[in-house]
Amino acid sequence: MTLWLTLIGMALVTFALRAAFLVLPPGIELPALFRRALRYVPAAVLTAIWAPEVLVKNEQLPAGVVAIAVAWRWRMTFATIIAGLAALHFFAWLK
Amino acid sequence: MLLAVIPFGIITGVAMVASGIPPLVAMLMSIVVFAGASMVASAQLLASNTPIVLVILTTLVINLRFMMYSASLRTHFAHAPLKQRLAVAYLTADNVYALVLNRFAEHPDDPGKFEYFLGAGLLVWAVWQGAVLAGILIGAGVPPAWRLEFAAPLAFIALSIPFLRDRATVIAALAAAVAVVAFQDVPLRLNIILAAATGIAAGLVFAKRK
Repeated sequence: MTLWLTLIGMALVTFALRAAFLVLPPGIELPALFRRALRYVPAAVLTAIWAPEVLVKNEQLPAGVVAIAVAWRWRMTFATIIAGLAALHFFAWLK
Repeated sequence: MLLAVIPFGIITGVAMVASGIPPLVAMLMSIVVFAGASMVASAQLLASNTPIVLVILTTLVINLRFMMYSASLRTHFAHAPLKQRLAVAYLTADNVYALVLNRFAEHPDDPGKFEYFLGAGLLVWAVWQGAVLAGILIGAGVPPAWRLEFAAPLAFIALSIPFLRDRATVIAALAAAVAVVAFQDVPLRLNIILAAATGIAAGLVFAKRK
């Protein structure tokens, strides 16, 4: 039962966020501060999701740095994942 | 772009069944929620018997970026029929958004915006669901020594970097990274909410300063 409620709650919340501004009537303008703030949401939220895994767990830090460099240079998600996993195993093997 | 959906989808499927969610419910969750990061986080929280309200609150914070995407997509779809806007809402995912917005930036007056979004969205959706299904079927079959769980943060590194477009967005990301670690001991995973707020505030303040 709890699981079903969680599932329904997650689905509703997620869809509401996705639909939020798409279902607003065209005439309505968003406050300027709000629009400016939204610009920083992906950079802040996406970074907050991965940062603890890389910055707190010391053995994962070097692999995280490799992944950041690959992502920065080539902007390819798959290459970033492969490079990061390979680096994680390489640095573990070095020890 | 599509290739990256596969490992992340597999990890999400594995994480859900590993936390005790029955396979059928996990697949249903993947279809109705369709947001990998929040599903991995919720699976971990469910496994540690976290109250349901907090699981949903965490989902809300992790998926807050979709609200930003919807505000940005609104400029392109404000005059589309409601059913098209609802379809766009459901199919909004990080990589679909990034792909489509880059395309719209290059071709701002493209008449087939909805068709383009629908094509990209459905393709990502189908590949994602297939990968999640594979992850659910593999279940606990992935040897822990492979450290496949590290692919989830790696996917988010790759997703976040393209959003660092100028100094202000870099400052926002750095501030969020520092805050999420500094607030690590705050209970209920509220550190993600605090870090998001800190990063956004830092970006706004830096941009204003100039």
